[in-house]
Order: sequence, then structure tokens, then C-alpha cells
Amino acid sequence: MAADIRLARSLNARAEVASLLEMPMVEIERLSLWYGEKQALRDVSMSVPKHRITAYIGPSGCGKTTLLRCLNRMNDLVDGVRIAGTVRISGTDIYEPALDVTELRKRVGMVFQKSNPFPKPIYDNVAYGPRILGVRSRADLDAIVERSLRAAALWDEVSDRLGESALSLSGGQQQRLCIARAIAVEPDVLLMDEPCSALDPIATARIEELMLDLKAGYTIVIVTHNMQQAARVSDYTGFMLLGELVEFGVTRELFTTPRDKRTEDYITGRFG
Amino acid sequence: MKKFWRSGDPFIWLTGGALALSLIMVAGLALLVLVNGMGFFWPGELVRITLAADRVVLGQVVEREPVPRPEAPPGTAREYRIKVKQGNRDLYGADFVWVDESDIVGRETPAEVVVVERREWGDLHGVIEAVKEGDRVAARGPEAGWNALRARLLEAARIHREIRRIEKKEIGAINHAQEKIRLRLRKPELGGVSGGPEVERLHGELARWQGEYGEQEARLKELRLRLRTSVVVSAAGGKEKELPLDQVVRAYRPNQMGVASKAGLYLARIWEFVSGEPRESNTEGGVFPAIFGTVMMVMLMSLMVTPLGILAAFYLREYAKQGPFVSAVRIAVNNLAGVPSIVFGVFGVGFFIYFVGGTIDRLFFSAALPTPTFGTGGILWASLTLALLTVPVVIVATEEGLAAIPAGMREASLALGATRFETTWRVVLPAVMPSILTGLILAMARAAGEVAPLMITGVVKLAPALPVDGFWPYLHLDRKFMHLGFHIYDVGFQSPNVDAARPMGFTTTALLLVIVVSLNLMAIRVRNRLRKSYAMSAV
Repeated sequence: MAADIRLARSLNARAEVASLLEMPMVEIERLSLWYGEKQALRDVSMSVPKHRITAYIGPSGCGKTTLLRCLNRMNDLVDGVRIAGTVRISGTDIYEPALDVTELRKRVGMVFQKSNPFPKPIYDNVAYGPRILGVRSRADLDAIVERSLRAAALWDEVSDRLGESALSLSGGQQQRLCIARAIAVEPDVLLMDEPCSALDPIATARIEELMLDLKAGYTIVIVTHNMQQAARVSDYTGFMLLGELVEFGVTRELFTTPRDKRTEDYITGRFG
Repeated sequence: MKKFWRSGDPFIWLTGGALALSLIMVAGLALLVLVNGMGFFWPGELVRITLAADRVVLGQVVEREPVPRPEAPPGTAREYRIKVKQGNRDLYGADFVWVDESDIVGRETPAEVVVVERREWGDLHGVIEAVKEGDRVAARGPEAGWNALRARLLEAARIHREIRRIEKKEIGAINHAQEKIRLRLRKPELGGVSGGPEVERLHGELARWQGEYGEQEARLKELRLRLRTSVVVSAAGGKEKELPLDQVVRAYRPNQMGVASKAGLYLARIWEFVSGEPRESNTEGGVFPAIFGTVMMVMLMSLMVTPLGILAAFYLREYAKQGPFVSAVRIAVNNLAGVPSIVFGVFGVGFFIYFVGGTIDRLFFSAALPTPTFGTGGILWASLTLALLTVPVVIVATEEGLAAIPAGMREASLALGATRFETTWRVVLPAVMPSILTGLILAMARAAGEVAPLMITGVVKLAPALPVDGFWPYLHLDRKFMHLGFHIYDVGFQSPNVDAARPMGFTTTALLLVIVVSLNLMAIRVRNRLRKSYAMSAV
């Protein structure tokens, strides 16, 4: 409890009130990260509430993607990375040495900036995760594929061509397929790394709608370049600059009455 | 002018020209091979040439060229000479003869002349005098003789086939069984035992097989007795030749044949070439054992090189820590492709045959020693040597394929909770499959055309048996084999009868090209199907 209060003190006062009312899903405490000599994250502390959409905004190279990739330990794949601090998801420290990283990644799904479906049929793309988990029965897989594609609002478009290559889909459909693939293993948290940056406005709108639908079942963390998008979809927003979490709070308040001068400069377009 | 250079048109012409030049060279080579090779089977007409001094030559004109006369003053009319395939090697000593056109008194194409393709001594050209059954004359004269010959030829061929079958299959099986028993007898002998019930039993079995051998011998004798028909042919120059009918492969009268029957004969001879066994030190008959050996060697090599190359490439690209050492290894692997193939052959002999094969022989085939089993050249060692030769190609192609897989694909799999191995197995391997097949295609093309290392690791001029047959273990990897590439070298440059063998060299080359192309087409088809389902780029 003491740790919680200490954590809360470091946060924005209004966010403190709001987020204390929420169930925290992810708790990040004094997280720092270095790529070799270069420090990419500086002492980041925050908590991501359950069943809410949390957005990170900030200029390019500010560390928001790095922060996101800390949550499913994708940074482990980078050579020469060093991490300090703790990240807890549902109370479990994910940087504990005994932790099974593949277990963690099953609980924390991820959607990437560039849609990256496997060069396989649509069905096999969605069934990939469940199959890794050991689901073998065709009936179960069929059910999972249909449920996931419906959840990703793609079922009506592809239900009659599940055997076709995923690469035959349009860019927006591919990105929704990646979302379906991520939620097929029923993760608790869904990380989205600029999921709409390569899409046209209509496809972007569909993904945003989808995120709002998915909020009921998943905790979503999204990194975005696009401040309007953060304002439209997220419940909480964090502004990052040079590896630091400058300000974190309820989205509406952060955009209307930012506390920090740097946040205000950024959202009013004075730099970045 | 400057504008012309800047426009880039000359460069387009240059690139197009380079492509056209390469195409013309390749097409020219293929055309040369095809023209020289495919005409070989066409039955040409038989010309009777009368020369001054009452010499007569009967044969097929195959070549015409100016007579070289270096001492003649310029402006002299050229004189020509023709090369005639006169056949009858046993009568004249040579199949081919050069005739100066100035010596020719008369040419004619008599209708009654006959070409008899024999199992030995090449073709027989002449006029049928008679057909005999034993000592009794069954028919006399060209026309009646021809009809009688045709009527009896089928039966003779059937009996000949039966004899061959008994010799190869039945007696082959007896020899095989006896050899095995002898090897089993050797074992106790080597251990100093020379008696006992087991040895007695084996001796009994040996005797039983010997009895069976006697039975087959009797059958052969009886069959041979039935082959009493022979044909008497008088060759140009008045010599006569009596030929038993089982020595006849086929007989035809080229000067009476229409285009359709010539085409039929042409196809029959091509079929014989592709499916038959070689005769007359490879200058006649077919090349089936060489086709079989080539294809089997390439398949075995593919089976060995593919897993090896893929695994090595995966380690280099996926697991090894990239750095100067890995770069050095990579350069070394690439350079391995440039090592002369004969060096690989020498390595194959030294390491595979003498060391590995010799060790296998000492451990498992000691009863057969000093006759080597694996300690001598064989299809296994030849395939392994070629696998070693082609493994850099597969490694390089696979590595390039791995490098081309977008990082996002691996991340997507890892982010779904797949382990590194699951990602490699389920996502990376299928996606890199087309590249692997590209490497395999290149490797197969290289292996099918390679001769030098094979000559010292297991290819022979004439292999007594195929590496696959009906005796356990069916696949005899220790056997020596025939190979089309070596066959070309052999008939082209090592043949005692160069003139007769030369068209054979071209035909064999054409066949080798066909085999390489069809092996490649097969692999390309597989690759295209894979590409369709694992297309790398988004639409």
C-alpha cells in the first residue's frame, strides 16, 4: 500500500484520483531502459487501468514504442538492452527471472505498426496462436476463428474465403486480421503500436471503432502519433518526451488543461 | 548528341544486346546438339557406289567435305570426298570409309539392300542370299529371304529375351544367394571353425542352389537349340556372312521405306536409346543405366544436401551471433563454391571412400574382405561428394531467403507467445521454402552436369547392375553406376570407334540437357506453388 501511495504521488494529481478508482492492470515503477549506452526510458512510473484504453503520445523517438514493448518484453530480442525498474501485470512482476516469457506474451497481445499477417491462409493466421497453445480440435479452432474475426469486425468480409492467403486482404483488413490474431489467444492486455499509421482515414475509423468495442473485454494500450486519435479513443493519455513520461492523466483533462508547459506546447503544436 | 547519351537509350540497347547475345549462344549450343544428335536415329538411304578399279562400297553417306590439298596452287577447282558408313566391321575392319568423288564411277540405290542391326559388330549392309533353318535352306533370294526373315525375327527375339531373362533374373538370383552363403561360411572360417552343424547346413544349401543352377543351365541349352535359324547376307565386294537370328536387333530395307515407316523406325530407335542397355562399348544400344544412375545420384544428392544446407544456413542467420567470425565463415562458405570440383573428388576418395568406407568395411563387411564393399567408389560416396560440392549453393540461397523475411513476421509470432523454435518451424521455414528450392534447383543443375569428381568416386564406363534391383536391401548404395556426363566423355573421347560413337555423344548430350531441364522444371513448379501460398510481399 505504501508503494502505491508513493507511486501515486509521482503522478498527476487528477489522474491519481481517477486511476485510484480504477483497477490497475499494468503497474510500471521507475522503469529505465538503455540500448547500449543510450538511455531510451528514464524513470517511468504509471499504472494502466483495467478495461480502459490508455494512449501514449509524443514526438518520434520519445520512447513510447519502447515503453510499449517493455510490457510484453519484446525488447528482450534487441541486442545490448538493459532494463531497470519493475513492471507488474495483474500483480506479477514480468521481469522476474523465473517468469516464462512465452506465457507472458500469451497474456499480453500485440498489434504492430505495419500489419504483418503470416503468408498463410486467413484461417491459419487466426488459428496460429491457439495452435501454439495446443488447441487441436477442428471444431474448437473453428469456433475461436469465428469469434475472433467477429470481434475484430472482419467476419462478414472474409467468412467465405478463409482459405485464401491473408496477403490478399486490403491494408485495413490485414490490420484487423492482426487484431483478430492477437485476441484469438484471449490476452488480458492488448498492445497496439501505431496501428493506424499506414491506413487511410476510413480504415482508421474502423479500427478506432473496433478499439472502443474491444474495451469491454481487454485492457488496451496504444501508441499513436496522431493526437486526434488519442483524444478520440483513449480514456487516459500519457505524454512522453525524450524517454520521460512528462504527464499522465485522463485524456479529456490532459488535452484541455495540461499541467506541464511541455505538454501544452506539444498539443498546441508549438513543437514536435 | 549529349542529349542522346543522357536519354539512356544507348544503355537500353546495350542491355538488350547483352541479353540477345547470351540467348543466341545458348540457343546455338542447344541447336548444335539437337541437330547433330537427333539425326542419328533417322534411317538414311543406302547407296551402292561403284568406284574405279571395280571396288564397290555400300553404305550411307554421312559427310561431304573438300579434300585438303595444301600444295595445290590457288584457283584450282576443289575436289570433294564423302564419308560413307559401310558397316560390316567384321568383314572390312572399319565402319566408315572415305571416298574421293573423283573416283566414283556410278551411284545407285538398289531397293533390295538390307540393313541388319546386330548385337555385335555393328550394322550389316548387304543383300539377303538365303534364310536357313539349321542346314536346310528355308528361302532363297532377296525377296523371299526378306519375307522369311521377317516372319522368323519375332520368335527369335522372344527366345533371346527369355534367355536374357533367365541369365539375369534366375541365375542372378542363384548367384546372389550363393554369394551370401559363401559370406556366411567365411565368418566361422575366419574364427577358426571349419565344421559343425551350421557349416554342414550351409554347405547343403549351397549344393541345393548348385542343383538349381544346373536346371537353369539345361533350360538355357534347350532354348539355344531352338535358335537355329540364320540369315546369309552377301556384302558389297562379294563377301558372305551367315548370321544367327538371335544376333539381330532389327532389320530393314531403307530404300523401300516411306516417310511414315522411317518415322516409326526413328521413334523405335529413340525408344531403344532411352530404355535399352549399351552395346559395343557404349557406341550402340541405349543409355538407360546412365539415365537411371544420373537421376538417382542427383536425387540422393538432393536428399543429403537439402537438410544439411538448410540447417547450416539457419544456424548462421538465426542463431549465430553476427560478427567478424560469422562473416568469415560466410565468406569461406561462398568461396567453397569456387573450389575446382576435382578437389572435391579427391577429398571424396580420401575421406569418404578410404576412411569412412574402409572403416565400414572393417566393421561390418569383414567377411567379404579383401574385396571392398563400401571401401570403393559407389553411388553413395559420389552423391555425398556432390552434396559437399553443392552445399554452399543451398546455404547461400537459404541465407538470402532468411534475410529477406521481414522482421515483423518473426515478431508477430513471438508476440503471440510462440517460442523461438516454434517461430522458426511454423513461420520462418515455410516462408523461406521458395528460396531453399531455388538453391536446390541450382545445386541439382550443377550436380547433374558434374563429371570430374564422379570419375574417381564411383562412376564407371559400364556398370553390371543398377543400384536398385529386386534383391534385399533393394537399394545398393555401394554399387558403382553409370552417368550421362561421363558417358559423353567416354563415347566422345575414349571410344575405340570414334566415328560410330560421335553422334552418340551428341545424342547423349541432348538427353542430359533434357533431364537437367526436366528436373529443374519439376523443382520450379514446386517453388511456384509454394510462392503462391507463401507470397512474401503484400498485395
